[in-house]
Amino acid sequence: MTSNNKKKWLSAPYALWSAVFIIIPLCMIFYYGLTDKTGAFTLDNIVAITTVGHAKALRLSILLSLACTLVCFLLAYPLAMILANKKGNKHQFIILVFILPMWMNFLLRTLAWQTLLEKNGVINNVLTFLGIPNIKIINTPAAIVLGMVYNFLPFMVLPLYNALSKIDENVINAARDLGAGAVYTFIRITLPLSVPGIISGITMVFVPALTTFVISALLGGSKLLLIGDVIEQEFTRASNWHLGSGLSIVLMVFILFNMILSAVFDKDGEGSML
Amino acid sequence: MKIHMKTFLRKQQGILIHNIANFLWVCGASTFLSLASTGCTSPENGVNGQVIVYNWGEYIDPETLELFEEETGIKVIYDEFETNESMYPKIEAGAVSYDVVCPSDYMISRMIKNDMLAELDFDRLPNAKANIGAQYYEQAKGFDPENKYSVPYCWGTVGILYNKTMVDEPVTRWAQLWDEKYADNILMQDSVRDAFMVAEKLNGFSMNTLEPSELETAKNALIEQKPLVQAYVVDQVRDKMIGSEAAIGVIYSGEAIYTQQENPDLEYVIPEEGTNVWIDAWVILKDAPNKENAEKFIDFMCRGDIALKNFEYITYSTPNDAARELIEDEEIRNSPIAFPDLSQYDNLETFSYLGEEGDAVYNELWKEVKAY
Repeated sequence: MTSNNKKKWLSAPYALWSAVFIIIPLCMIFYYGLTDKTGAFTLDNIVAITTVGHAKALRLSILLSLACTLVCFLLAYPLAMILANKKGNKHQFIILVFILPMWMNFLLRTLAWQTLLEKNGVINNVLTFLGIPNIKIINTPAAIVLGMVYNFLPFMVLPLYNALSKIDENVINAARDLGAGAVYTFIRITLPLSVPGIISGITMVFVPALTTFVISALLGGSKLLLIGDVIEQEFTRASNWHLGSGLSIVLMVFILFNMILSAVFDKDGEGSML
Repeated sequence: MKIHMKTFLRKQQGILIHNIANFLWVCGASTFLSLASTGCTSPENGVNGQVIVYNWGEYIDPETLELFEEETGIKVIYDEFETNESMYPKIEAGAVSYDVVCPSDYMISRMIKNDMLAELDFDRLPNAKANIGAQYYEQAKGFDPENKYSVPYCWGTVGILYNKTMVDEPVTRWAQLWDEKYADNILMQDSVRDAFMVAEKLNGFSMNTLEPSELETAKNALIEQKPLVQAYVVDQVRDKMIGSEAAIGVIYSGEAIYTQQENPDLEYVIPEEGTNVWIDAWVILKDAPNKENAEKFIDFMCRGDIALKNFEYITYSTPNDAARELIEDEEIRNSPIAFPDLSQYDNLETFSYLGEEGDAVYNELWKEVKAY
C-alpha cells in the first residue's frame, strides 16, 4: 500500500460522515420538497413561497436579517480594528470575552434576553428604580433584531479580526508616508483589504439570521412570522414535511447566492477562518 | 396536556441561573444513567417482565412508577412526548413498540379510526371500573363512543386566567379578550386548535367546525384581535402570568392551580360562551408486546392513593373519584377550578379529529393569522 492510499483511508470517516449527515439529509429535503403526499413529482411546494403569508414572512425575514447584519457590521468593525492593533495578550482576552457567551446554550441566552427585556423584566426594574421611563421593546421587531445581533455578533467579529490583523502594517505606513490622512488611508487601504473578512462575516451572520425561528418566538412573542417559523411549524405541528422541505429549498437559494458572493470576493478563504 | 419544560421556562428572575445548573445536572445524570444501563447491565426485565409507557412530559409522579415496580415486579420503561402530533408518527412508524400511551381525546379518536388500539377488558381493570367517575366515561364517549379503548387519566377545561389587580371588572367572557383596554396585556395560546377554539366559541360556533364561512369569521376575529395580543405563547403563559407580565391569558385549568399558588392575585374562569373540555386517557396499543402488564399498569394508576399522588404532583384534575375523596385540603377537593360542575356551563365541547384535510385547512388559516 502506498502512502498516498493510506492518506485516502484516513479521510474515509469524514467522507462517511458527510454522506450520512449532509448528503443524505439534503437528498431527503429535495425528495420531500419536490413531491406531494402521494409521492408524485410537483413544484407546488416551491411555488408556495409566492402565497401572501409565505412571501410576507420571507420579506420580513430578509428585512430583519439585513438589519441585524448591518448592526453587527457597524459594531464589529471598530472592535475588530481595535483588536487587530492591540499587541500582546490583551486582545486574546477581549476575544475570549466575546466568544464566552457562545459556550452557553443558544436557547438559554435568548431566554435570558426575554427575562431582561420583559415589561417587569430586569432592565425595566432597574430603570424604574432609577426613575427613568421604562423601555418597551419586547415582542417587537427591534427585540428580534437585538436577539439576533447578540447571538450572531461573534460570527462577524472573528472574520473581520482575521482579515484586519493580516494587513501588513507597512502598507498602511506607506500610505501615511505618502501623505494620505487617517480617513483616506482607511477608505483606500484598510477597507478594501478587509473585504474578504467583511463578506465572510456578512455570510456568517446573514444566513443564520435569515433562517432563525427560536429568537422570533421568544423575543417576538410569536407575533411576527419569519420564514424559519413557517418551516418549523410545517415540520413539527402541521406535519407537512413536503411544504416545509419545499420552503427550505427556496431558502437554500439565498444561502447559495451568499456563498457564491463570498467565493468571488474571498478567493483565498482568509476571512473564513473561525 | 401542555408542553412542560419546567426546568427551562420557569424563568422568574434569578431562577434562571439555578435552572442552568439544574439543567446541566440533569444532562450529566441522564448521560451517566444511559451509559450505566447500556454499558454495565443490559436493560433487565423485572421478575414479571416489563411494560413500556409513553406519556406526556412531567405528567406523572415518578414515585408512583417506583411503587408499581416494587409491588408488581414489572419493570417500567418510561418515555415522554411533548405534543400529540409528535407522539403519533412515532407510534405509527412502529419504531418503538410501546404498550401504554396517554394521548388526548381527538388523537384517541384518530387512533381508533386507524385501528391502532386494543380493546380493553374492564374485568381485568377493577380500579378503572370502580374509581373513575361515570360522568367522565360519559364525556369520553365523544372520542371513544363505546368506552372500549380508553381509561380517563386527567381532564380539564381551557379558560381565562386574569390578574385581579390589573383588571377593573370581573372577567367572564371570551369577548373580553377583544376589549381594546387590555391592549398589549393579553396572552393567547400559540397552537392552532386552541386559538381557533376561542374565536369559534366567541362567535357561537362549534370548535370542531369545518364550515368555510364560520372558519373565515373565526380567522377574521383572530386577525382583528392580533394588535391587542401581547404574545402568542404555549407553556410560558404560566410564567408570564405569575410574573404579572399580562392581565389576561388563555390557559389550561391544570396550570391554574399552580399559578394561583405562586401568585394569589390570579383568578381562573370558565368563559360563559363555552369552552373545551379535554380528556387525556390511557390506551393500550394493538401491537403492544406486554398487554397483560399494560393492563396492570393502567389499573394501578387508577388506584385511589396512586391517582391522588399524581394529582398532587401534576395538579391536573383527576377523574378518579376515590382519589378526590382522599384529598385532605377541603378547598382543593371542592375547588371549582380542579373540579368544576360542568352541568352549569353551556356549549362545552371536546375536540374531535378533523381528518388530514381538516387539519390542513386549520393550519392554513392559522398561518394567515400569524403572518397578518
